[in-house]
Amino acid sequence: MHIAEGFLPHPWWEIWFVLAIPVLIYGIHRLKILISDRPELKTMIALAGAFIFVLSSLKIPSVTGSCSHPTGTGLAVVLFGPWITSVLSAIVLLYQALLLAHGGLSTFGANVSSMGIIGPFAGWVVYKIMRKFGIGVFKTVFVVSVISDWFTYIVTSFQLGLAFPSTHGGVLASSGVFLSIFAITQIPLAIIEGLAATALFRYLVQLKPDVADLVKSTRSEVTG
Amino acid sequence: MNPRIVFPLLILSTYLISGVVMGAEWSGADDLAMQKIHEITGGEYRPWMRPLWEPPSGEIETFLFSLQSAIGALIIGYFLGYYRGLKKTGG
Repeated sequence: MHIAEGFLPHPWWEIWFVLAIPVLIYGIHRLKILISDRPELKTMIALAGAFIFVLSSLKIPSVTGSCSHPTGTGLAVVLFGPWITSVLSAIVLLYQALLLAHGGLSTFGANVSSMGIIGPFAGWVVYKIMRKFGIGVFKTVFVVSVISDWFTYIVTSFQLGLAFPSTHGGVLASSGVFLSIFAITQIPLAIIEGLAATALFRYLVQLKPDVADLVKSTRSEVTG
Repeated sequence: MNPRIVFPLLILSTYLISGVVMGAEWSGADDLAMQKIHEITGGEYRPWMRPLWEPPSGEIETFLFSLQSAIGALIIGYFLGYYRGLKKTGG
């Protein structure tokens, strides 16, 4: 999913950095507050980050006949909110950019924006709505995971569409081309991610019932 | 019907259709997107930056991807075991 090194021209790679850097700085600030207020959550933060590590390393074949990978961010979103999720995603993206030549440093801002910020925020909005209607935590985890994953790829499509408008039809036409690759490929993968996140979450709640409270609470003290 | 049965079946059957009927190549979606950039710009766009370091071979790339999964899985497994132990000892 990540946009490869050098594949975003000026001014787009800079624009996405302008969005990503302040969010990451604020995310790190929130992470520090969370760890000092609730040190017992450190293991859970590591676990949510590790889930992103695993899921984003799995290139899974999809119905379109091509492969892509899930993001794993939804679980972090329901547990800790989007700010902290952006930091966890950035760690994974840096690993992949430096060691795997997957994604890139020049496109780091754009990739953090899609996978770490806008995707998770879309999931966060859905989370808020579902909690408001009192929908169960397991369903919430599933849907938030699917949405965070899927939106990441929709954003990537528009990022490429904006940077490479087609000569006929401009940004929208070219975003449509990228959407036809990413958005459809991602649907089954997003569902797989939702199922995996729900399964892990279900087991977590069995072991630590207070995890469910973390999701249910309005969490003004945790994520605001 | 139970969604836990329907979803996997639905996904599995679509794989069969795209794999067997359509003869899919299973290449990476990101590669396809980079090809599209080539098409849209008429082959004019050249990436202006190359990765600082690339895995020297496909094997090493696979190794590093596996390492990423392994690190993540190790952490998840470790803490699940830790929580399980806490629960057992009533901690």
